[in-house]
Amino acid sequence: MKKIISFVAGDILRNRTVLAYTAVLLLFSLGLFSLEPRPEKALLSLMNIVLVFVPLASIVFSTIHYYNSAEFMELVLAQPVARSRVLLVEFAGIALALVLAFLVGVGLPVLWHGAGTKGILLVLGGVMATVVFVALAFLGAVTFRDKAQGIGFALILWFFFALVFDALLLLVLYNFSEYPLERAVLVLTMLNPIDIARMMIITRMDAAALMGHSGAVFREFLAGAWGWVVAWLALLAWGAAPLAVAVRIFNRKDL
Amino acid sequence: MIRIESLAKSFGRNTALSEITLQLSAGQCIALIGPNGSGKTTLLKCILGLVKPSAGEVWVNGIPAAGNWGYREHIGYMPQVGRYPDQMKVRQVLELIRQIRGREAARHTDAGLIGAFGLEEVMSQRMHTLSGGTRQKVSATLAFLFDPPILILDEPTAGLDPVANELLKEKIRRQCERGKLIIITSHILSDLDDVATDVLFLQEGRMQFFKSLASLKEETREDRLSRVIARIMQREKP
Amino acid sequence: MKDNAIPPPRRPGKILAVAWLILFLPACVLATRHTVCTACPLSGIQKAVETAAAGDTIIIREGVYKERGITVKKRLCLIGEGEAVIDGQGQGEILSVFAPGSEVRGLAFRNVGVSYTEDPAAIRLVRCEGCLVADNVLENTFFGIYLQQSEGCTVRGNRIVGRAKEEASSGNAIHIWKGERILVEGNYVSGHRDGIYFEFVDDSEIRGNTSEGNLRYGLHFMFSNRDVYEDNTFRDNGAGVAVMFSRQIRMLGNTFDHNWGGASYGILLKEISDGEMAYNTFRENTRGIYAEGANRLHIHHNEFVENGWALDVKGNCLDNRFEYNNFIANTFELTTNSRHNLNTYSNNYWGNYRGADLDRDGIGDVPYRPASLHALIIGKVPAASILLHSFFMEALDYAERIFPSLIPEQLVDEKPLMKPARHDTD
Repeated sequence: MKKIISFVAGDILRNRTVLAYTAVLLLFSLGLFSLEPRPEKALLSLMNIVLVFVPLASIVFSTIHYYNSAEFMELVLAQPVARSRVLLVEFAGIALALVLAFLVGVGLPVLWHGAGTKGILLVLGGVMATVVFVALAFLGAVTFRDKAQGIGFALILWFFFALVFDALLLLVLYNFSEYPLERAVLVLTMLNPIDIARMMIITRMDAAALMGHSGAVFREFLAGAWGWVVAWLALLAWGAAPLAVAVRIFNRKDL
Repeated sequence: MIRIESLAKSFGRNTALSEITLQLSAGQCIALIGPNGSGKTTLLKCILGLVKPSAGEVWVNGIPAAGNWGYREHIGYMPQVGRYPDQMKVRQVLELIRQIRGREAARHTDAGLIGAFGLEEVMSQRMHTLSGGTRQKVSATLAFLFDPPILILDEPTAGLDPVANELLKEKIRRQCERGKLIIITSHILSDLDDVATDVLFLQEGRMQFFKSLASLKEETREDRLSRVIARIMQREKP
Repeated sequence: MKDNAIPPPRRPGKILAVAWLILFLPACVLATRHTVCTACPLSGIQKAVETAAAGDTIIIREGVYKERGITVKKRLCLIGEGEAVIDGQGQGEILSVFAPGSEVRGLAFRNVGVSYTEDPAAIRLVRCEGCLVADNVLENTFFGIYLQQSEGCTVRGNRIVGRAKEEASSGNAIHIWKGERILVEGNYVSGHRDGIYFEFVDDSEIRGNTSEGNLRYGLHFMFSNRDVYEDNTFRDNGAGVAVMFSRQIRMLGNTFDHNWGGASYGILLKEISDGEMAYNTFRENTRGIYAEGANRLHIHHNEFVENGWALDVKGNCLDNRFEYNNFIANTFELTTNSRHNLNTYSNNYWGNYRGADLDRDGIGDVPYRPASLHALIIGKVPAASILLHSFFMEALDYAERIFPSLIPEQLVDEKPLMKPARHDTD
C-alpha cells in the first residue's frame, strides 16, 4: 500500500504543473519574507495566499489529474483490488504530493525565517486546506463524467468557499445585527473549510481585534481549548466527508 | 470459465447490451466482433466489473462478478488505449501492478513478452517518452505477466508494428493451446484469422451468433474471417 | 552634527520638586534623632511620634511593628532601617500625616484594612506641603499612598503591590485628590483598582513609573490640567489608561503595552484638549488610542505596533493633528464612526500602504486612506470580526479605499511616508 502511494505521489511530484506550483509558492514566500521586514506581516500576507491560492491550485490540479488518469485507473481496477482502495490510494497519492509541494514552497521558507508557532499554524492550515480541497476535487470528479463539467464544478466550489460564502455571511450578519449572533456565526463558519483554517490561524496571529469587539463567545471559543478541538474536528470532517461520499459514488459507478 | 446469464446494460435511455447469455470455456480464443457501438467494450467491462450490469449476472470461475473483486486475479486485461502516469518508469508500472495483485501473483509470472518485445531496454524510461506502439507493448506485457487463465484483449494489435503484431499473435495462439480462455476484440479481422477459435458477433447490444470459426467457415464456404462475416451480413439483409 | 540642539522645554514640575527636596532633606539629616526598635525603650512608633518634637527624625530599626492609626501632626522624618515593617493587621489606616515638610522613607507597610466609607490607606498625606514619600514597600494595601489637598509633594521609588480581586472592592495604589506640583516618579504599582489616580491635580508630573496588572486603569486621570507624564510603562491593565476632562496634558515617551480585552485600550482620551502626545509606544493593545471628544491634540512620533485598532477616533474629535506616527502590523490602522473627518493626518507611516514612490522623495505618490471599511462594519456589527483577513473582506476594503462610499472621504493622509519615521530626526 505504502509503496503504491509513493509511486503515485512520486509520479505527481515530477509533474511539470506541480513543480511550477512549488516554485510559485516558494517565490511568493521568499519574496514576502524578504520584502516585509516583519515576519508577522509577511505571515499575514502569506496567509491570504495559503487560503486562496492553495485551495484553488489543489482542487483544479486534482480534478484535472483525476480525469487524465481515468484510463490508467481503469487498468488498475481490472486487477484484483477493491475500488475504494484504488480511489483512496489515488487520493492519498495526490494529497501527499501536493502537501509535499506546499511544505517545500511555504513550509521551508516559514521555518527558515523562524516564524515560530504562528508560522507552524499557518503551515498546518495550508496542509489541511490542501487535503480538504483534494477531497472536494475527488467528489466533483467522480460525480461528473465530463472533464469540463468537473473542472467547472471545482472552480465553482472554490469560488464559493473563497469568496461567496463570506459575502453571504456578511449579508446575514448585517441583516440580523439586532440579534446576538456570535454563536450562530461560529456554527456558520464551520460550514466553510477556508474560514475554519483562517480562524485557527488568526486567533494565534493577531487576535487583538477579534478579542476586542466580539464579546465573550468568540473569545471563549477561539482562545479556549474546546474551540480549538471543535475547529480541528470540523476541518478533518471537511476532508473526510467529501472523500467518503466520493468513495460511495465511485463504488457504484460505471467506468 | 465465464458464464453470463441474461446480461443487460443500459446507460440512461441507451441500451448497450441486452439478453446476453453465454458460456465461455478454457481453450477457447474468442473473436468478439461487431460494428462500432455494438457493445463489445461494455461486455468486456461487465466481465471485469468496471461496468455494473442493469440486469443479469456474470460468473467467473464460479464466482459472481457483482460485489466481488477477488475473481479478477484470474484475468489479465489489455485495454484499448494504454495511458499511464507520465512520470512513471516502465519498471515502476510493472512493479505497481505486481504490488496491486499481491504476493501470490509474483510467484508465477510469465515475462516472456518482455524479452520478445525487447522491453528490457526501455525499463528505466518514463512512460511519456515512449511511442504509442511501445506503450501498447507494455499493455500487452502486463496482461500476460501474471499468467492468468483468462485474457481479455481489447484491440490488442492496434498500433503495433508488424513484427510485434506477429509476436503477440504467436503468444495468443500458444496461450490458447495451453488451455487459456482468451477474448479478443479487433477491427482488423485478418489479425483474428490466425488465432480465433470461436466468433462472437454483437450488433446493437444483441448477440447475433456465437459459433466456432471452423463451423462458420464451413457454413459460408469462405476461409477468411472477413469474408465469412461479409457473407453473413449480406445474408442477414433481406 | 547638531550637538547643541535644544531639548524641548517640558520639565517645570521636576525643577520645582528638586527645589523642595533641597529645602527639606537636610532638615532630616541634621535633626535630633529618636530610634525605635522592638527591644528599645522606645518600642512603638506612635509613642516615638508623640515624644518627638517638630523637625525631629525617627529612625525605625528592623522588626515588625503591629501598629495602625499612627498620626503625625508635626513635621517629622520617619525613616526605616533594614526591614522595618509596619503591619496594620488588616484594620483601618496605618499612617496619616497632616504636617507639611514630613518624610516617610524606607519603610515597609502591610495589611491595610478595607472600608468603603473611609478608604483606608497605608500612607495618607492630608494638606501636606513639600512632603516626601520614598522607597517604601507596600503590600496588601487597600489604598496605597493617598494624597489629598497637598502641594509640592514627591512620591518616589515606592513599590506598591495589592491583592485586588474585583473592581468594586478595591482601592488605588497611588491616589491623588486635589493637588498641585506633585511628582510621582519611579514607582512600581500593581494589583489595585487603578495604578495611579489623579483627580483635580494640576502642574504635576508622573515620570518613569511602571503600572501593571491593575484591575481597571494603569493611570486614571481626570479634571487635571497642565500635567506631564513621561517615560512610564502601562502594561496589562484591565482597561489601559484613561485621561479625561483635562487640558494641556503632555504625554511623552510612555509605553502602553498589552492592554488586551473586550473593552481595553492603550489610552482613552475623553474630553481632553490642547495636549501633546509624542514618542509613545503602543504595542499589542486591543485599541491603541481611543479618542472621544478629544480636541486640538498634537499626536506625533508615536509607534503603533500590533494593535487591534491602532486608532479609534470618534466623530466628535476635531482639530487633532496626527503626524510622523508609525503604524506597523496593526490589524486595523484607523476606525471611526463618522462619515466626516475634522482632523489632519499627514506624514505618517502606514504599514498597510501599498503605493509607490516613483519620484523617490520618501513620500508615497498616491494619498492613503487609513480608515478600514471592515473596521467600520465591526463597529456596527461586532460579530463581523469573524471575517478578519478573509479574502472577501480584504477585497472589499481595497475597493472601498479607492472609491470611498462608507468611510470618510476626507480622511486622507496626503503624504504617507514610505519608510517609518525616525523619531530623532524627522
